[in-house]
Amino acid sequence: MKIIVNGEAFETSAPTLTALLEELGKGDAKVATSVNEAFVSKAQRADLRVQDGDRVEIVAPRQGG
Amino acid sequence: MPTFYGTEVTSRLMLGTAQYPSPAILADAFRRSGAGIATVSVRREAGGDLAGQDFWALIRDLGVAVLPNTAGCYSVREAVTTAQMARELFDTNWIKLEVIGHADTLQPDPFGLVDAASQLAEDGFEVFPYCTEDLVLCERLVEVGCKVLMPWGAPIGTGLGLNNIYGLRSLRAHFPDIPLVVDAGLGLPSHAAQAMEMGYDAVLLNTAVAKAGDPAAMARAFALAVEAGALAAGADPMDARDMAAPSTPVFGKAIL
Repeated sequence: MKIIVNGEAFETSAPTLTALLEELGKGDAKVATSVNEAFVSKAQRADLRVQDGDRVEIVAPRQGG
Repeated sequence: MPTFYGTEVTSRLMLGTAQYPSPAILADAFRRSGAGIATVSVRREAGGDLAGQDFWALIRDLGVAVLPNTAGCYSVREAVTTAQMARELFDTNWIKLEVIGHADTLQPDPFGLVDAASQLAEDGFEVFPYCTEDLVLCERLVEVGCKVLMPWGAPIGTGLGLNNIYGLRSLRAHFPDIPLVVDAGLGLPSHAAQAMEMGYDAVLLNTAVAKAGDPAAMARAFALAVEAGALAAGADPMDARDMAAPSTPVFGKAIL
């Protein structure tokens, strides 16, 4: 299926958000996620079914003012 | 020292972590500043890049409290979702809430700010709203649960200092018991000292230090200015007056 990850098209067969993060090499990384503009907590990722057309955002700690 | 949501901070200087020439210079600037709070953000990582993990390790080593922001958010929904992601990432209920209303001035959207602050406060967040010095806006923010206010001195990144002394002074007089922090627009240590002399509790700045030729030295200069200003405020400054008044006694002057 085709989804959008951080604004870019991505082809995946990952069934869940947890599986998607592992596919992206961020399984153990300190990241936070949202799907279709709604926050998805770490605890909810394993149950979140990735669907065709989903817009996934994955963010990490960064410099800020 | 001021108390923010029940936590007494160790310094009246809050420092941002963006735009430093290198991580080493950032760390040095923090050490010289004595800042007890660092502002941070959440951002996408590009491709397989894990720069965020390195940055997080650096911040943890500084041993300071982190205040995540919602910088760059223009809508309530965007700001609320960003805050939720930041809470999980940084493991804190503190959030520096930015809902930007104007791209050129980065002026806060007062209506969106109140809406987002209300939603976040109900969700257990401890909101530090980046706001203007508008008294009515600040009253609304307090009504929806903000226990700290962070009015701008001038637009973010301008270094112009305190643009509206009257408004900032009115705010201080109107909210004697709410911690007030001047956030944004400071360019020189004298701007920070001025805010503290007016009785503000702290200042938050970033660009003035990060973009200085010697960030660590400028961080130290701001630390001294903040301390001087706070000491002056506590010393009950004299009132200014228009007419001259001799400081040397007139009585006893020789008649020549």
